[in-house]
Amino acid sequence: MISLVAEVKSSKGLKYDILEGVEVKRGSALVKRGFAHMLKHGVIMDVTNVEQAQIAEEAGAVAVMVLEKLPYDVRKAGGVARTASLKIIEEIMDHVTIPVMAKCRIGHTYEAKILEEIGVDMIDESEVLTPADEERHIWKWDFTTPFVCGARDLGEALRRIEEGASMIRTKGEPGTGNVAEAVRHIRIVNNEIRRIKAIYESGDQQELIKIARELRVSYELVEEVGRLGRLPVVNFAAGGIATPADAALMMSLGCDGIFVGSGIFKSQDPLERAQAIVIATTFYDNPEKVAEAQEMISESKSMIGLDIKTLELRMQERGTS
Amino acid sequence: MIIGILAYQGAIEEHLKMTKKALESMKISGEVKLVKKYDEIKEINGLIIPGGESTTIGKLSNLSQTIQLIKQRIYEGMPVLGTCAGLVLLAKKVYDRVVGEVKQLLIGVMDITVERNAFGRQRESFEADLEIPIIGEKKFRGIFIRAPIVREVGPNVEVLARLGNYIVAVKQGSIIGTAFHPELTDDPRIHQLFIKEICNRLL
Repeated sequence: MISLVAEVKSSKGLKYDILEGVEVKRGSALVKRGFAHMLKHGVIMDVTNVEQAQIAEEAGAVAVMVLEKLPYDVRKAGGVARTASLKIIEEIMDHVTIPVMAKCRIGHTYEAKILEEIGVDMIDESEVLTPADEERHIWKWDFTTPFVCGARDLGEALRRIEEGASMIRTKGEPGTGNVAEAVRHIRIVNNEIRRIKAIYESGDQQELIKIARELRVSYELVEEVGRLGRLPVVNFAAGGIATPADAALMMSLGCDGIFVGSGIFKSQDPLERAQAIVIATTFYDNPEKVAEAQEMISESKSMIGLDIKTLELRMQERGTS
Repeated sequence: MIIGILAYQGAIEEHLKMTKKALESMKISGEVKLVKKYDEIKEINGLIIPGGESTTIGKLSNLSQTIQLIKQRIYEGMPVLGTCAGLVLLAKKVYDRVVGEVKQLLIGVMDITVERNAFGRQRESFEADLEIPIIGEKKFRGIFIRAPIVREVGPNVEVLARLGNYIVAVKQGSIIGTAFHPELTDDPRIHQLFIKEICNRLL
């Protein structure tokens, strides 16, 4: 049984219906978190149009994420980045069979409602877009559609889960082609989980409640992390992944799967690269296969990376943590 | 007894855990392995194809040159359990509710026609109690996630469960397929049914 910790049992996102004479329940934590479990060991690719979505599907992506601009171009364009054109999202939904996700601004409940209305399969409340509320996130239990949210440490991840996120991803630093921040974030989360697991196994509840207060989350969430020795929901890597080797590295650090943003469609070899990243993600524990995947791409065709130290905009720091 | 979980993509660890639980509850000693390579698939006594994205799993199985081997082993009688994407991969004919005909790679051993995403998108995903007489009177909690349904069955296919008029679980010889996800629940009865098939084969 997957973990249902912290589920709000009487939320607006729960829907009861009769289907073919049978009583059915929609929007439960089991159905929403369960969806994320089906994406495990897979690659979710950022796309901006139908052609890219079809390349992603053909390459073996488990889902596509629709944006108006790729994160790299969001940086270049400046200004306010909002949710993508609904027409493009709908067109993509009509042309691919894999799940279609889209991003909304942090705290923008109505962009999220609109995305739920047109039927996207998962909503990413994302720091790649300009936050609409600097102090709070969306109360995600109000939605039947599952959400994924970014996190840089365990506290952030657990606070998002408490608000109703069904899946977590590292924030990394989007649009840079630089995997260093994603590595930093998953390392921080892993180390905090190891520490809590050890405390849980020692039976020291006094220490667990202290940690819960430091992290500003409920005791039951911290206890569940200790019991499981991992996050209670599926956890993907995101933010700066550009090559098959990057994907394999993140999988080896314990991520359940990979988001690739600008890395594919800002490269000069998107189809080969998309396929290669899918292969490296699945076979990350087999260096021979990862090498084969890496050979499918050419480093001269990788997106030009950005140095994190000289960035004008640090997307990971947008919105409240 | 060695049971393999096809480990390219999807709810792999969930099946691993549930299969171990089912073996324990039946007091059968057996090994459960994650399998991806040709040689690994050659030595297993039964295979589980998990839920995930059927296009992705089919593509990776084809790349690993295991799709033909799996087909051959199933034709030789190896029991197999396919859940959701696994059911899609086992079907001889598949189409999508919105996109229509799909050119995806299939194992294609079951005489059924499957409609992908038959209930709609994730918003329409649901859980519901199912009657599955072959595993007992107690209802089974079916978790349907962007689930397919079986639209047509051949004469040698047994229908195990329906949701209203929709066929959601089928069996053809030692091939079992479900449109829902028993690996997400804590009820091991579908896995026990599959293990019984392996036991019958090994006797």
